[in-house]
Amino acid sequence: MKYEAHIEVTSLPGVLDPQGVTVERALPALGYANVSEVRIGKSIRLVVDADNEDAARRQVDEMCDRLLANPVIEAYAIELTALEQV
Amino acid sequence: MSVRVAVVVFPGTNCELDVVHAVQTLDGTAELVFHTEQSLGAADAVVVPGGFAHGDYLRTGAIARFSPVMTAVADFAAAGGPVVGICNGFQVLTEAGLLPGALRKNAGLKFLCQLVECRVETSRSALTRLATPGTALRLPINHFEGNYTCDAETLARLRDDDRIVLRYVDNPNGALDDIAGISNERGNVVGLMPHPERASDPLLGSDDGVVLLRSFLDAASARSAAA
Repeated sequence: MKYEAHIEVTSLPGVLDPQGVTVERALPALGYANVSEVRIGKSIRLVVDADNEDAARRQVDEMCDRLLANPVIEAYAIELTALEQV
Repeated sequence: MSVRVAVVVFPGTNCELDVVHAVQTLDGTAELVFHTEQSLGAADAVVVPGGFAHGDYLRTGAIARFSPVMTAVADFAAAGGPVVGICNGFQVLTEAGLLPGALRKNAGLKFLCQLVECRVETSRSALTRLATPGTALRLPINHFEGNYTCDAETLARLRDDDRIVLRYVDNPNGALDDIAGISNERGNVVGLMPHPERASDPLLGSDDGVVLLRSFLDAASARSAAA
């Protein structure tokens, strides 16, 4: 069974996100003075072939810990969608 | 016998020849070791130089960490061999888990290329054993991701165990606690953002990096003599 994983990587709460801070400072210049807590991250999509959703999630979780995110500074969230069998 | 320094080269590394030149001017011998190698040969010391290993894809150092040569570097470090990661090399060593923490984008979101003053904080590390703590060195930095960070517990450990090797006198990139360089517990593995090899001749604007490189070669030669 194939699953599409959408992984969102963001900086850990409390870790300075210089890009988020800069964008947050830029938005009021366009008139959006009511914006706060801007965080900028990465979006990764991949397809994994696994026996079931649990197995797929376990694998993607491991990929995130080992490569896709750096647990020292980044958090990640995984969204899995089963792809229709062709 | 002169000290043999292995200089690791990943696709995208660009400071390896500067390191080779600086090592040679200090009477060491240097050999380039490509990232696909499984062995470092008969090296007495290892330098992971600066550049953009594997294009800095995903995160700086993230892909380089999986290169075959990194297993050999980790073994060499575990055996007490002197290893220094400079700039991108520092990023590679943190991703590889040989040094704690991580390097984030500079606080001002600018690529920085300038001479900065760094204070030697300890002579306990392989890179500073001949340096006098408190000395200010003028060294070039050349990075976008030099903003050192780690959790509070790690920072406390780095301070308590005298593992902060260099601090910026005037913090250019937002690094936590002004950290420019750190070492592992034993002091044999060091990572730093400034480039000592580019401050190895008065012609380059500063030769303050020489004491660091000399320390590093001295650490290697002391270890080889003891073996």
